[in-house]
Amino acid sequence: MTQNPYLWLLPVLPLAGATINGVFGRRSSKKAITTIALVFCGAAFLLALKIAFGFSSASAPYYFDLAHWIRAGNFEADFSFYLDQLSLVMLLVVTGVGFLIHIYSVGYMADDDGYYRFMSYLNLFMFFMLTLVLAKNYLLMFIGWEGVGLASYLLIGFWFTKDSAASAGKKAFIVNRIGDFGFLIALFLIIQHFGSLDFTRVFAAVQPLQPEVAGTGLLTSIGLLLMVGAAGKSAQIPLYVWLPDAMEGPTPVSALIHAATMVTAGVYMVARSHVIFERAPGALTVVAVIGTLTALFAATIGIAQTDIKKVLAYSTVSQLGYMFMACGVAAFSAGIFHLMTHAFFKGLLFLAAGSVIHGVGGEQDMRKMGGLRSFMPWTFGTMGIATLAIAGIPPLAGFWSKDEILWRAYNANPLYWLIGVITAFITSFYMFRLLYMTFAGDYRGSRSSETHGHDDHGHGHGHGLPHESPWVMLGPLVVLAILSVVGGLVGIGNGFEHFLAPVFNTAPGAEIVAEASGEAAGKGMEFFLMGVSVTVAFAGWFLAYFLYSRRPELPERIATRFGAFYQAVVNKYYVDELYASLFVKPLLEGSTEILWKGVDQGVVDASVNNAADSARHVSDRVRHMQSGNLRSYAGWVAAGGAAVIAYMVWMGVR
Amino acid sequence: MPEVCCIKLFALAISLLAFVASLHLPVHLHRSAAGFQFEINKQWITTPNIHYHMGIDGISVWLVVLTTFLTPLCVLISWTSIHERVKEFFILLLLLETALIGVFTSLDLFLFYFFWEATLIPMALLIGMYGHGRRVYAAVKYFLFTMIASVFMLAAIIWLYSKTGSFDFVDIQNAIRGGHVENFAAAAQWLFLGFFVAFAVKVPLFPLHTWLPDAHVEAPTAGSVLLAGVLLKMGTYGLLRFNLGLFPEQSHQNAWWIVMLALIGIIYGALVSLVQPNMKKLIAYSSVSHLGFVVLGTFSFTQAGLDGAVFVMLAHGIATGGLFMLAGILYERRHTYEISDFGGLATPMPKYAAYFLFVVLASVGLPLLNGFIGEFLVLSGAFQAKPIYGILGATGIIWSAGYLLWMYQRVFFGVVKHDVNKVLPDLNLREKAALLPAAAMALLMGVAPILWLSSIDPSVQTALAPFAQMAAKVVGQ
Repeated sequence: MTQNPYLWLLPVLPLAGATINGVFGRRSSKKAITTIALVFCGAAFLLALKIAFGFSSASAPYYFDLAHWIRAGNFEADFSFYLDQLSLVMLLVVTGVGFLIHIYSVGYMADDDGYYRFMSYLNLFMFFMLTLVLAKNYLLMFIGWEGVGLASYLLIGFWFTKDSAASAGKKAFIVNRIGDFGFLIALFLIIQHFGSLDFTRVFAAVQPLQPEVAGTGLLTSIGLLLMVGAAGKSAQIPLYVWLPDAMEGPTPVSALIHAATMVTAGVYMVARSHVIFERAPGALTVVAVIGTLTALFAATIGIAQTDIKKVLAYSTVSQLGYMFMACGVAAFSAGIFHLMTHAFFKGLLFLAAGSVIHGVGGEQDMRKMGGLRSFMPWTFGTMGIATLAIAGIPPLAGFWSKDEILWRAYNANPLYWLIGVITAFITSFYMFRLLYMTFAGDYRGSRSSETHGHDDHGHGHGHGLPHESPWVMLGPLVVLAILSVVGGLVGIGNGFEHFLAPVFNTAPGAEIVAEASGEAAGKGMEFFLMGVSVTVAFAGWFLAYFLYSRRPELPERIATRFGAFYQAVVNKYYVDELYASLFVKPLLEGSTEILWKGVDQGVVDASVNNAADSARHVSDRVRHMQSGNLRSYAGWVAAGGAAVIAYMVWMGVR
Repeated sequence: MPEVCCIKLFALAISLLAFVASLHLPVHLHRSAAGFQFEINKQWITTPNIHYHMGIDGISVWLVVLTTFLTPLCVLISWTSIHERVKEFFILLLLLETALIGVFTSLDLFLFYFFWEATLIPMALLIGMYGHGRRVYAAVKYFLFTMIASVFMLAAIIWLYSKTGSFDFVDIQNAIRGGHVENFAAAAQWLFLGFFVAFAVKVPLFPLHTWLPDAHVEAPTAGSVLLAGVLLKMGTYGLLRFNLGLFPEQSHQNAWWIVMLALIGIIYGALVSLVQPNMKKLIAYSSVSHLGFVVLGTFSFTQAGLDGAVFVMLAHGIATGGLFMLAGILYERRHTYEISDFGGLATPMPKYAAYFLFVVLASVGLPLLNGFIGEFLVLSGAFQAKPIYGILGATGIIWSAGYLLWMYQRVFFGVVKHDVNKVLPDLNLREKAALLPAAAMALLMGVAPILWLSSIDPSVQTALAPFAQMAAKVVGQ
């Protein structure tokens, strides 16, 4: 462990930016706001780069104790920061992608009245996200964890005059709180049994423990509860429902928070807690099953969405499922690998979608797009690259990381692999469907200057034809496109895994596991499976091409043919409606009718008032004592008190 | 009227002076020392043997500071909302402050009772004279509830006096612990209950809470702030100081059902809060929920639980005090607390919306703000006592987000529905001067809770000593 006195600065820099813009932004010029926001976020990125170049695995992990925070009896939780290979990857992704999206936002939000608010919130998000990533104990991590939830709440509801946006923000916060409830209980268990929340101390205490036999035990409980938290933050079944609604936020927010960084916090947390999970096979299985099911489930919904951002939202849920699948088969570095490449290509997809929305005057319905390729060549090119990447076409980034996950999943349980491959096929299909619907064919949107209310923001500046976005927006697209192409190459020869090995090679018999997945099962099998996933990726592409470019009338017919099923998919399997009638409605009605009007007013208060009524008959007679005179009241109280005292003293003495 | 202005300025100056003076206490307190400090002990009345005995420890010091901190804010927030009998209003407010400080510093049970009842009169008058529509009903209800409950405490105090010949808290505590009190074993349960009922009504603990929503809805803003901010803490402070301090064994035996009531309070208060159409009632029921945390922590008999309980008392004082100030600011403009009369206020009143959100976040327990620290410690302690306590209590973090954010959405988000709301003026300087200290304090307590915990922790340890011995005895058997 080496001290690194710069660590605490990383989160504090954007906090300073957020504070300055938050307090003075209303009166500042747009230029000043931009400068503050970019400088502080950029400084954090540069500092992250400096730390990365100075990083040496020999002296890692780094730490820094800034100040005491909570001291209660034996319990301690401090502002302590920690950096190892895992948090370094997260740090670079968060500051790098974060900075790019800050730049993009300068263009995207330029005409919005709440510009200063937006930039301030973005900086605030960076503060909390970096706190989450760099925390040395679970409680500091929890600050970041809840804090990014706050930033998410503020940014989803950024256009608060829209009821749907305000509701979506609230929903995100509350659903996340349900997850946080599980997280908190896990922390209580850890405190109770290990006396600390400090990572090094907890993991040192867990390390010597033997893996628990399936389904029982302390570590399994902790793991499952942590997973509840992760399912909330990372939008997994059954708590994923907030993420699609979160698309109400401005698109840069969707890219940064709801695709690239915050929603991966659950994956990071599970990976961070790998020492616990590795000894809790029961919990790991649950993680894998939830991840696998979510991946498939969300992907199927993605097929039928027509809102460009909704497709990407369900795609994100699905890709996060892959990451949990990886964690669930104890392939943590594969999960983190996919987290990183996903941050590149999904961040890019959202930003490109934003560029499209910007270019067509706020429209989000893909049925009203089409043919944008010729209007927006840069957006098309970069989005095409991102689509290739997420579909798993070699040698782009997504191919390497997804393939690594599928290979490791196959070794754990071929069923995970099978579902993963099916999901990969669906992914490729819905992504190319999006690409064709948006960019191919003829433009189906309106050519008038009319603006659509969908994505609010003041982009209605006299739209005629769709137009390409300014360079301040295209620049980040290009950078992310390059990363989406080459970002996966670090995984060749297990380079990424080796880099993270000091963090993750702690499992009981870790070397043997690595051996088994590497050689023993055979390179031949690995190449065969790789071939299968590449095949399904191309198959999905072809199907999309066939249905949405060659025979565009077919999807309609298929939809009618599978009427009920299609409707179910379009309506997201009615899960929101189910939750509403199962939880929300009974809770509100029960609270109103039974608790408030029934118990509180009907029983408790009524009985009190009845008693008081009978007392009033008595008091009517002594009414003349109410003279309204303060001294006389005081006198009566004193006299009454004295009488009681006298009586009690007399009783007591006797 | 210049005279009225002088009255207000005088009240503000005096309350600020009291605040500055009270800072002497935490600054010069020996934080790690056990027992009471800054003691003053003078004979007041010879027969019966009543002393003017005052002193503070690491717990009560903060309740004193909380009182002196909130009072100037109350003066500021009442500046323009009181039009008649202004002088009497501020007299009552300062009298109330005096009585509250007396409650938290008295170490003589008679003196304590004296101040305890003394808080009742100015508060009831504040509600009854300066409140809204059903103010007299609310004031009488409040008065009767607490008055009747207090009688049981008085009886218990008298019994203790008759057996020990002293009203002195420390003497009585020593006498009980030394086993020098005749017939104590037989009476202990009744004594415990006598104190308990008085405090439980004040907290208020379910099902003794129904006076609270009425009192809050009718009370003027300053009354609500002090009622929620400080008066309720008299109850939880009393439980901690007297029930745990004098009757540890009975506390232990009765803990199970008290914890149950606290848990019911947490969940029930939150759910009823969720569906309130009236902003002030919503905040009032949320107090029932939050104070449930305090009782839960107190009767967990764990270090973390009690540390947290004391911290929640303070945090709730700041955050809920802040919420009532904010509600009052709106009332001054619109003369209504009905949530449905608002909507979209973030557009005409952005600064007000920002302050409101900040305080809401403190109240829902966002980390780095004060609500979190206390709730986390309470729940952690309750979990150690019995996992199910911690688990049920922790559902509170979901409920609180629900009722507060929903209310916030309905008041501030969406488009402005009522035309009158379109031109509502945003915060003025005076209002900001009242809100900023509360917001800053919420942040400071969340970031540097150590400033508070470093004195709370040793005092809690002292308070828990008999419980540790009891546990050791159980293990020994």
